[in-house]
Amino acid sequence: MTCTGDAPMKTATKVAEAAEMIPEGAVLLIGGFMAVGTPERMIDALVARGVGGFTIVANDTAMPGHGIGKLVSAGLVAKAVVSHIGLNPETQQKMISGEMEVDLVPQGTLVERIRAGGVGLGGVLTATGVGTPVEEGKQTVEIDGKTYLLEKPIRGDYALIAARQADYKGNLEYALTAHNFNPIMALAGATVIAEPHVIVPVGAIPPDAVKTPGVLVDHLLERGQ
Amino acid sequence: MNAKEIIARRVALEISDGMLVNLGIGLPSMVANYLPDDVDVFFQAENGVIGLGARPPEGMEDPDLTDAGGGFVTAVPGAASIDSAMSFGLIRGGHLDMTVLGGLQVDARGYLANWMVPGKMVPGMGGAMDLVAGANRVIVAMVHSAKGAPKIVPECTLPLTAARRIDLIVTEMAVIEPTDAGLVLREVGPGVTVEQVRSATAADLIVESDVSEMPVP
Repeated sequence: MTCTGDAPMKTATKVAEAAEMIPEGAVLLIGGFMAVGTPERMIDALVARGVGGFTIVANDTAMPGHGIGKLVSAGLVAKAVVSHIGLNPETQQKMISGEMEVDLVPQGTLVERIRAGGVGLGGVLTATGVGTPVEEGKQTVEIDGKTYLLEKPIRGDYALIAARQADYKGNLEYALTAHNFNPIMALAGATVIAEPHVIVPVGAIPPDAVKTPGVLVDHLLERGQ
Repeated sequence: MNAKEIIARRVALEISDGMLVNLGIGLPSMVANYLPDDVDVFFQAENGVIGLGARPPEGMEDPDLTDAGGGFVTAVPGAASIDSAMSFGLIRGGHLDMTVLGGLQVDARGYLANWMVPGKMVPGMGGAMDLVAGANRVIVAMVHSAKGAPKIVPECTLPLTAARRIDLIVTEMAVIEPTDAGLVLREVGPGVTVEQVRSATAADLIVESDVSEMPVP
């Protein structure tokens, strides 16, 4: 047996073509924290296309005019599963008017539910939320005298990932606080679309610096203009 | 000195060398300004950095380096950038020595409510529930009353952040420690009397003989 290391090279996908793949009503995992580390070109393309009814799973809905806030403003979000909407008054208005459903999840629980979905676990046991409204309707489990909530896994139809750079094989490296949910979501989308700032030759990202192996990435967006 | 500065200066005294500390948005974040020079700590921002530094010079901000409020920051020497799973693993896993958070209400049990006012304000809990459930020490830094209404109450009427007794309440009027026996008044604010604290507090306070005036360096 020979090992040539010939993993397939990705082709660069045009952002409008990537947006076309996503059907109405899809569940989208979108990286970012207050629009830092959010795939902005992908979001702009979704807004331009105008197909919506999405369920968004993300840390937050950012601010109007930024990141996921643009999807909210365009009326493309039917439901948001997020930890925080405090900086987006539009999300709050749409939640109160019933135009959007909002499921608030503690941030650490949200990321672990997505991780569970991505790594084949049936759920997460966490003490976060015990004795609060988060507990309502959930099974509690006692382990060694401590009470935990059973939190179920989350998967998405698509994971939309922002990265500092990718190589031709789709290996991803992230920047500073733009990691946030991205490396975890890259495990939990049935189809993973990565939007790097730049694309570099294979080898330019050392193996130790790769946070998301290219085998997880289905589509690599072409570089920005 | 205004109320928030008194609170921030007093909370800073709770932080000791070598700690990993998470400061909430707003008043708690002011605490970093009053750390003594000889206290060397790492601040965590739960969006993904250990070793949060000051705001960078104008025009030198990095859009990929912010704090949990979305403000531009720097990273100190020795800093590490982490993803959200690692960040909250540190918080829940007993690796975070202290968090300082704001509060809407704290009750006689030492339970905190700080994430929503039903029908009025629903920002979401963000990382607050994980921080209160998981940090080794939780300090609530808040002004003593909200427009004259006491925030330290017999039982929280707002939804709880966690069913965990927090460790210390610091206001401009008092330092109060929740204990098995109830809320113990440890210190009074500069120029504040025990009676003034009692009348501004809806919950019962246990007053022992050694109530001192709050040091505000």
